[in-house]
Amino acid sequence: MSREALTGSRIRERRVMAGQKQADLAKEIGISASYLNLIEHNRRRIGGKLLLNIANALGVEPTALTEGAEAALIASLREAADDAGLSGPEAGRADEFAGRFPGWADVLASAQRRIATLERTVETLTDRLAHDPHLAASMHELLTTAAAIRSTASILADTKTLEPEWRDRFHVNIDQDSRRLADSAQALVGYLEADPEASSVANSPQEEVEAFLAAHRFSFATLEVAGLDAGAIEKLTQAAPELQSVAGRHIAANVLQQVARDANALSISALRGALDTLGPDPVALAMQLDQPVARILRRMAALPELGAGLLVCDRSGTVIFRKSIDGFVVPRFGACCPLWPLFSVLGQTGVVARERLHQLGRASSEFDCIATCETLGPSSYNTPPLVQAVMLILPAREIASARLDVGATCRVCPRDGCPARREPSILYDGV
Amino acid sequence: MTKHVVLVEDETNIAEAIRFLLGREGWRVETLANGNAAVEVIRKARPDLVMLDVMLPGKSGFEILKELRADAGFADMPILMLTARGHARDREMAELAGVSRFMTKPFSNAEMLDAVRELTAPGSLTA
Repeated sequence: MSREALTGSRIRERRVMAGQKQADLAKEIGISASYLNLIEHNRRRIGGKLLLNIANALGVEPTALTEGAEAALIASLREAADDAGLSGPEAGRADEFAGRFPGWADVLASAQRRIATLERTVETLTDRLAHDPHLAASMHELLTTAAAIRSTASILADTKTLEPEWRDRFHVNIDQDSRRLADSAQALVGYLEADPEASSVANSPQEEVEAFLAAHRFSFATLEVAGLDAGAIEKLTQAAPELQSVAGRHIAANVLQQVARDANALSISALRGALDTLGPDPVALAMQLDQPVARILRRMAALPELGAGLLVCDRSGTVIFRKSIDGFVVPRFGACCPLWPLFSVLGQTGVVARERLHQLGRASSEFDCIATCETLGPSSYNTPPLVQAVMLILPAREIASARLDVGATCRVCPRDGCPARREPSILYDGV
Repeated sequence: MTKHVVLVEDETNIAEAIRFLLGREGWRVETLANGNAAVEVIRKARPDLVMLDVMLPGKSGFEILKELRADAGFADMPILMLTARGHARDREMAELAGVSRFMTKPFSNAEMLDAVRELTAPGSLTA
């Protein structure tokens, strides 16, 4: 019997272990007892929400029902062997090892899982260090102040005959800078200690989804072929080690459904063919392929050769999807720069904004950004539609005559006299 | 003849320390605290050396560097970049844009003075 077919038996086993009657479990999850009976006897396939509901009712992880403890254990052992570079006949004897030494096998598999979790945590925190604008700005402030103190202190220490006027001035400077350094260091420590996300950041559902999409390089060959196939989507989300939480899997499933709908409507090969003729012009491509511009933008972002980034925000302006592109900073914490076309098209369905953006501050790079807004769901009377905006970010390949200076987020944006500024930049004292 | 350096640095106390150190070596130090006017000032003054911070109000040090290097008349001008942004990527970007020397803060005075001497020595590739 296939592993998948045993899911029903595992549900039955778990239910009996929990001392729960079939009828009670069926009632709890909102299905008939006879249907649950069919499931438990492996006569009905089960997946999706029903599986999640049963797992939830039984208080187990869905994978415990679909994969089984032994399979998970052997998979962990194989992973450990692979990571350690164990090859040859021994590597293929994980089943035997687990059978002969179940206790030791459990220890090894637990250690392997712990290592994987810690690696993910390190990766997320490293990413956070690189992208948190507050942290980056604080470090910049510390280093700059340290540079001023070091330089001034060296002058005072090394210059034997320093004019009193200079000496007094440098003493004042050191006094000012050392106070500033102390304040900055204290603020930084306070920020790090007070941050409630510090321990949970590695597990935030949105970051799980980003890690999952990045691991797949934002490309899902299965869905390109299968289209909107709930089973294929479920398989992808259930098998993803990055998706640890139910919320993460839920968000990922939504993203994959969109990918599948787009793949169904517009194949990558058709898009590539039109791109060869028309170039990266989303409006012309949309006309040629008879597709909405938003879909064209999403599909273009899936083409590795374009090296494009993609952002999607909902009606509240919250970024709900991001495919990063080198040099274009999207803050993970706090609000984005409101000058981005992503936000200017919100609520203006049908409008396609195209803008050369020059992101100030960090990398000072230029990008061609195309954004549009689309409605979600069916229309209904007297109800404002839900909308989402999509922005494709292409690396600039030629010099543009006009460009819009934007930032990442106000706090670390150096733009002078910006009409959209929400708060002063910590890079200078102007507003 | 007195050598002339344009120092674009918004951190007053760092600018003051550099002004003292280079002044003692006989340099005339012109300081700007905002990037916006920098290119224009440098074009007019044609100094012997430009020292640039990266994170500046107005134009960033990278923008100033790119604009200067885009002008054939300033292709060989020695430009020393001093920045707290010491990522490999920043250094690479500066080098691609044509910086003569890239130094990260905090730097030692001796190291900075050595770089200035090397960049402006007769026969230096960028002098």
